[in-house]
Amino acid sequence: GNLSIILNYFFAGEIFELKAELNSDKKEKKKEAVKKVIASMTVGKDVSALFPDVVNCMQTDNLELKKLVYLYLMNYAKSQPDMAIMAVNTFVKDCEDPNPLIRALAVRTMGCIRVDKITEYLCEPLRKCLKDEDPYVRKTAAVCVAKLHDINAQLVEDQGFLDTLKDLISDSNPMVVANAVAALSEIAESHPNSNLLDLNPQTINKLLTALNECTEWGQIFILDCLANYTPRDDRESQSICERVTPRLSHANSAVVLSAVKVLMKFMEMLPKDLDYYGTLLKKLAPPLVTLLSAEPELQYVALRNINLIVQKRPEILKHEMKVFFVKYNDPIYVKLEKLDIMIRLASQANIAQVLAELKEYATEVDVDFVRKAVRAIGRCAIKVEQSAERCVSTLLDLIQTKVNYVVQEAIVVIKDIFRKYPNKYESVIATLCENLDSLDEPEARAAMIWIVGEYAERIDNADELLESFLEGFHDESTQVQLQLLTAIVKLFLKKPTETQELVQQVLSLATQDSDNPDLRDRGYIYWRLLSTDPVAAKEVVLAEKPLISEETDLIEPTLLDELICHIGSLASVYHKPPSAFVEGSRGVQHKRLPPRSGSPEGAHSGGAAIPEAVPAVIPSQGDLLGDLLNLDLGPPTTGVAPAPTSAMQMGAMDLLGGGLDSLVGGAALNCNCQTLGWYFLPHLQVWLLAMKAKGLEIAGTFSRRGGVIHMELSLTNKAMSVMTDFAIQFNRNSFGLAPAGPLQVLTPLSPNQTTEVSLPLSTVGPVMKMEPLNNLQVAVKNNIDVFYFSCLYPISILFVEDGKMERQVFLATWKDIPNENEAQFHIKDCHLNSDAASSKLQSSNIFTIAKRTVDNQDMLYQSIKLTNGIWVLAELRLQAGNSNYTVSGVLERERYRF
Amino acid sequence: DAAKRILGVLICRNYKGDVDMAEIDHFLPLLLQQEEEGLLSPAITRGNVHFLWIKHSNLYLVATTNKNSNAALVYAFLYKLVEVFTEYFKELEEESIQDNFVVVYELLDELMDFGFPQTTDSKILQEYITQEGNKLEVAKSKVPTTVTNAVSWRSEGIKYKKNEVFIDVIESINVLVNANGSVMSSDIVGSIKLKTMLSGMPELRLGLNDRVLFTLTGRDKGKSVAMEDVKFHQCVRLSRFENDRTISFIPPDGESELMSYRINTHVKPLIWIESVIERFSHSRVEIMVKAKGQFKKQSVANNVEIKVPVPSDADSPKFKTSTGHAKYVPEKNLVVWTIKSFPGGKEFLMRAHFGLPSVENDEKEAKPPITVKFEIPYFTVSGIQVRYMKIIEKSGYQALPWVRYITQSGDYQLRTNS
Repeated sequence: GNLSIILNYFFAGEIFELKAELNSDKKEKKKEAVKKVIASMTVGKDVSALFPDVVNCMQTDNLELKKLVYLYLMNYAKSQPDMAIMAVNTFVKDCEDPNPLIRALAVRTMGCIRVDKITEYLCEPLRKCLKDEDPYVRKTAAVCVAKLHDINAQLVEDQGFLDTLKDLISDSNPMVVANAVAALSEIAESHPNSNLLDLNPQTINKLLTALNECTEWGQIFILDCLANYTPRDDRESQSICERVTPRLSHANSAVVLSAVKVLMKFMEMLPKDLDYYGTLLKKLAPPLVTLLSAEPELQYVALRNINLIVQKRPEILKHEMKVFFVKYNDPIYVKLEKLDIMIRLASQANIAQVLAELKEYATEVDVDFVRKAVRAIGRCAIKVEQSAERCVSTLLDLIQTKVNYVVQEAIVVIKDIFRKYPNKYESVIATLCENLDSLDEPEARAAMIWIVGEYAERIDNADELLESFLEGFHDESTQVQLQLLTAIVKLFLKKPTETQELVQQVLSLATQDSDNPDLRDRGYIYWRLLSTDPVAAKEVVLAEKPLISEETDLIEPTLLDELICHIGSLASVYHKPPSAFVEGSRGVQHKRLPPRSGSPEGAHSGGAAIPEAVPAVIPSQGDLLGDLLNLDLGPPTTGVAPAPTSAMQMGAMDLLGGGLDSLVGGAALNCNCQTLGWYFLPHLQVWLLAMKAKGLEIAGTFSRRGGVIHMELSLTNKAMSVMTDFAIQFNRNSFGLAPAGPLQVLTPLSPNQTTEVSLPLSTVGPVMKMEPLNNLQVAVKNNIDVFYFSCLYPISILFVEDGKMERQVFLATWKDIPNENEAQFHIKDCHLNSDAASSKLQSSNIFTIAKRTVDNQDMLYQSIKLTNGIWVLAELRLQAGNSNYTVSGVLERERYRF
Repeated sequence: DAAKRILGVLICRNYKGDVDMAEIDHFLPLLLQQEEEGLLSPAITRGNVHFLWIKHSNLYLVATTNKNSNAALVYAFLYKLVEVFTEYFKELEEESIQDNFVVVYELLDELMDFGFPQTTDSKILQEYITQEGNKLEVAKSKVPTTVTNAVSWRSEGIKYKKNEVFIDVIESINVLVNANGSVMSSDIVGSIKLKTMLSGMPELRLGLNDRVLFTLTGRDKGKSVAMEDVKFHQCVRLSRFENDRTISFIPPDGESELMSYRINTHVKPLIWIESVIERFSHSRVEIMVKAKGQFKKQSVANNVEIKVPVPSDADSPKFKTSTGHAKYVPEKNLVVWTIKSFPGGKEFLMRAHFGLPSVENDEKEAKPPITVKFEIPYFTVSGIQVRYMKIIEKSGYQALPWVRYITQSGDYQLRTNS
């Protein structure tokens, strides 16, 4: 309002004054004026109007003034590209100044002026600076090549700068070498197949020599570059390792981590029986432990990496449990990570101490930490058999505290303990049942229901307990519903006489009253099984469950190997491959560990550290920090697949195998279609081809049911191995479409198997205008990789149910909307009369507000409301006896959000 | 590495132009949201932009990137920034940045180029980037050769009338004691700091009673110390140490930390605490703390501070101490018992009494441990000793090394029962 006008007025005066001062003859006054300009720039004022005046100050022998002018240039050149050319001459001149500081300053600034037009003028000065006699200028010029490449890659290649840069790797000055390596690595990253770095034993030797002499940061560039090299054999590998290990004693934690990366990678090539291999293992532990004395953020990076290292080579830190004990004043992110590593290191030798600690943590106040501690106790029980009894009694003690979230966590982990040690600890069921009423979290409810169903024959009132859950069946989460369904079927199979009514009730709830396809599917399977072959039903439902694995949350070996190659980087912090979070890195090759020595074909073997087949992992118990980072492909809140159901059902589903289709597609389904309110779905379109997605084919379509947008997906496994761990994420899109829940693929997808998933969508995700407007970019992840595709959704799924506008409002709005918002088009060959058209449109939430007939012409006035609150008003004109419609639509601009 | 944004809205420098500068506006809301949810993380993601941040007093230093950057390097660099700015401006705070924005910009350009850290040694930087431009106009207009030298931490031509080196050996004791009195973990983190006042380019060699060295050389005289891990300043020749355990270096001028080490032996907690905290609901809390000096009688611990947690709703404190004095710090829910001088072998007692309101806070309270702070001069727990410091300079001057030992508390925590 007024205030800003007044401020602008004063600011205009200020600009005027500055202009005068900038053109002053007095040096000091000029300098002070430039300082004022920079000060204004710093606080965010737009001083671009002073461009010519500031640039005029550029030709000065005062270094400080020159630096300020250059700073100004970097900021505003892009917005004033034509005037930026004025600066070119000075750059050229400054690059030949006798003072190396000025030469370097010029070459440094040049590269920061991201104006394409002037880049070609900068080539000659840059070429000179790359060969400058002063190393300070050369090291700055090396970086400038990377800057220029970022603006105009072709130019840099044509001018041969890349070769000059490569030559600088042999420069006599270590700092020049380090910057050349950094610049080349940066450029190589955007050209993954250019072989730009061209590492060979000679260059490696140069790098290793420079390593001893350059600054700590230079050491990091060089180590990170070395990590990309694959030694020819184990001897070369060892000799590089020997020259890198001294870096483990550097005071800078980042140097240490980069050295650890090189060693972890090259170690892969050393034969395990080699003495040096053992020596190296021993050398790695102390520096890793020392990283825990660094600043908390660096501790965090170290801990995330130690988490990887412990999975890859558990022997390195197996004796270091104590250093991971949590301190009261550790930040929460450090506490959670330490806890995770404690569990990984837990063994029979240290379990007593670990348990004592965990018990201590479980009585703290920080809810997330306490929860994780309780889970950790359960995981210890599963991992170290000898401790199971003590763990169970600790958990029972914790349940007695009656702290709600502690009780719920405890029940979830006790369920896993029951699975691991059947028929051992069932005596505690009574205590668990006492807490039934206090369970309000789906995971805990589901776990409790699983326990009741699994041990139905030992719990006298199992039917009553399960029945009590049934009352609010439709308010339960899917996870609980599925579990309840299964538990009651189990109960029925165990005590058929008393529970017939109950099982019928749950089957009808699941199949007839639910619109969740997973629930319906499972309900039908049970129904059919029970009605056709109860013996088979028993074999399937009460089948022996697969063993629960000792380790949880293990990172899949291929990913783990890739992450080891990224030690110290963000990927290692997020435990995600760079392709999952760096834009434009899709085509980039995943990094791999060098082939293990001694393996006959030199083949890559990911499971080197885990010799036996990778154990089935308990569906992730939610890596809290992973969730916290909000990087999971699934939605962050619910995150994980429902543990009890999927783990348990696995056997059953596998048995049924391909027979699913015939079961579900049979008569039972067809006759119910209408009554259950199933909707017509358009044909599926293939969105992702199997050949482009390592065997995963995705077809799909969109629908709007019961006011909810659904993405109907059909996933087909055309690969040779089982697919698991599906997750989905959308890119920002025009209408903020986002998954409303995780992608629920409850069973592993076997080869040649297809599964249908209905994914409910919300419209509260981040918004970005797409071209075309209804374009949706999707990432789907499974245990193999992340895949991307884009698809178009029919705009009609965005039409909401309450899109019928009041007549009066319609009239007023129609008039108020400016003409330029209007569009007109014709529909040909539509043989519907106006009433039929109206009702057909209504089924897609396009509502008729009024109808008029003028001169044999029917006019329908329609309203549509989009999910983002935008109204579209339309007029449909239909000449009687003519099959052509004319549509005039207007858009209510006011609320248009883009 | 991508754009680096420093000091938030105070000042910023976009090094690469690949992250929109407006992105930073999302940082603080995201941070506050995480804080509220109790899920704070040092790396925050929004879209494809990652914010890596540290906090220094009331300033956030935030680096933004959209690449798979080296996270360890980013945090190490942010801490380096704090160090450099602090050496330049004494205090790194809003005002010092605003008052010196020209120098700050100059520094930001010298410290990092296109996301690559460059010269970050503040002593060297001060040779060509100064706060008062006019004063050192001549010196400023030249690049000190040091910047690109292999010896990038020490300039040539340094002169002292009297050549001396002061060596401080400081050991910090970290202890974690369980509520039942068992030591869960303990270690020693040592640090050797130098104050170098030497002319020219001296070559130094430091000799310690290092067990690995003694074993290597077959020497077995006197007590040696096994260091679990050693970290060195940039100036120490790491390959040489790796080969024959020689600590050789050209020292930076003035103060620096030459090395740090970690010793993993089981240390007897030097000040042992026994505590009984009895809570009588709705009426009072009674605290008894016994402190015992478990070190040599000849030694004295100075400035001992024992911090005992009390419930947040406690009131009307009463104290009785056998020595020193106790003070209630209500804003931290602590009793601080201070003992200026605590001789080895002695035992002292403190009793405290607090009232509790009849209507109690039923929210669960955190259980902070008792923490202890102290300093014991002229003594190291590990027994580490500086055996010699050889100083050779081509001019052949005689230099005097001075050594001082001190042991202090590090992270010293004793959990309580209540």
